[in-house]
Amino acid sequence: MTNENLIQYLYGIADNSLILGQRLGELCGHGPTLETDIALTNISLDLFGQVRSYFQYLAELSKDDLTEDDLAFLRKEREYKNLLLVEQPNTDFAYIIVRQYFFDVFHYMLLEKLQDSKNVNLQGIAKKSIKEVAYHQRFSGDWLLRLGDGTEESKQKVQQAVSDLWVFTDELFHVTKDDEAVIKAGHGVDVRLLKDDYYAKITNQLKQATLEVPETKYFQKGGKQGIHSEHMGYILADMQFMQRAYPDMKW
Amino acid sequence: MNTTQDIDPKIYSILKDVSDPEIPVLSIVDMGVVRSAKLLENNRVKVEITPTYSGCPAMDVIGDDVKKAFQDKGYQAEVKLILSPAWTTDWMTDEAKQALKEYGIAPPMDATSDKEALLGNKKIIECPQCGSTNTKLVSQFASTACKAMFKCEDCKEPFDYFKCLI
Ligand SMILES: [Zn+2]
Repeated sequence: MTNENLIQYLYGIADNSLILGQRLGELCGHGPTLETDIALTNISLDLFGQVRSYFQYLAELSKDDLTEDDLAFLRKEREYKNLLLVEQPNTDFAYIIVRQYFFDVFHYMLLEKLQDSKNVNLQGIAKKSIKEVAYHQRFSGDWLLRLGDGTEESKQKVQQAVSDLWVFTDELFHVTKDDEAVIKAGHGVDVRLLKDDYYAKITNQLKQATLEVPETKYFQKGGKQGIHSEHMGYILADMQFMQRAYPDMKW
Repeated sequence: MNTTQDIDPKIYSILKDVSDPEIPVLSIVDMGVVRSAKLLENNRVKVEITPTYSGCPAMDVIGDDVKKAFQDKGYQAEVKLILSPAWTTDWMTDEAKQALKEYGIAPPMDATSDKEALLGNKKIIECPQCGSTNTKLVSQFASTACKAMFKCEDCKEPFDYFKCLI
């Protein structure tokens, strides 16, 4: 495993929390009710906190004199390695919940295994983050049930979101060449081994929510290679504006 | 102080006086946020702190407050943020839990009761205002990520519950 392998592996994990955190942050003041607004932005804050831990470690690993802010705000689109799922827009509350649930279940499983990483930094971050993600998963899982088994309208909307976002779930288990090297060294998690459990778990939850499980076999990939959907540029424009307009600005 | 903390008794009282910026009645020592504090040569001090939650926005302020508290007593403190072992509500002292309650925040329960309460299965969280357990979960997240929002069905007051983290 080279240093570069590890760096790319870390981006593959950290960028998910960064971009999803940014998406949820957009909802600040716009949540459907005060309680859900607060919940979603708190989840966002947890994710940003986790990102900082990864980025501080990444900054240590990088040869150049980079800071965590450089990593968050000054990379180009192709250099972000997040999954396509997390960059999908806040179409409506149903999409927000389904996107969150699909990610949370995966995130929890990943962190569970990452706690056994040979890399003590990753171990520490995983042990810290998993406690927070347990609450995220409970929140999104509960809402999935409420919306699915709710009114006719909520059911129709959440079913639509499930069908639309399903195509992004397979990418969660994609392993790049960098990942491969890091897994082999015992530092990373082989996400391929989580796939069956993941689908069993979300299928079960969807059924409980009286929702149909999509049968499509067509899946979209690309984020982990830096090839993003059309939404990514807008997210970065929003996120990077301040640092680019006022370089090195601090709060 | 609890047994998991390693704080030099000579500088204990300085740290004890530093309070949590979000819950000013609580000392960062009783919160379990200070993990260790060592007195080095030439009045230098090394303090290790750990966040309650990864995204806790209070950490930078806590770090600065610690440095200032030592500076006022003629020491120079270096503050290091550590992540492991991860913070747990078990590290909060009984004194801290009592202070939370008096401040109007229901202190964390044990893991099993916490889960039952947050799933809305059992009415066990005590209202810090009137002591009734006839309380209802309003939201799993509240003013900060570490708290949930409840409402008391007897005195009708809303309140925060500090979630269990183990
Ligand atoms: Zn009451």
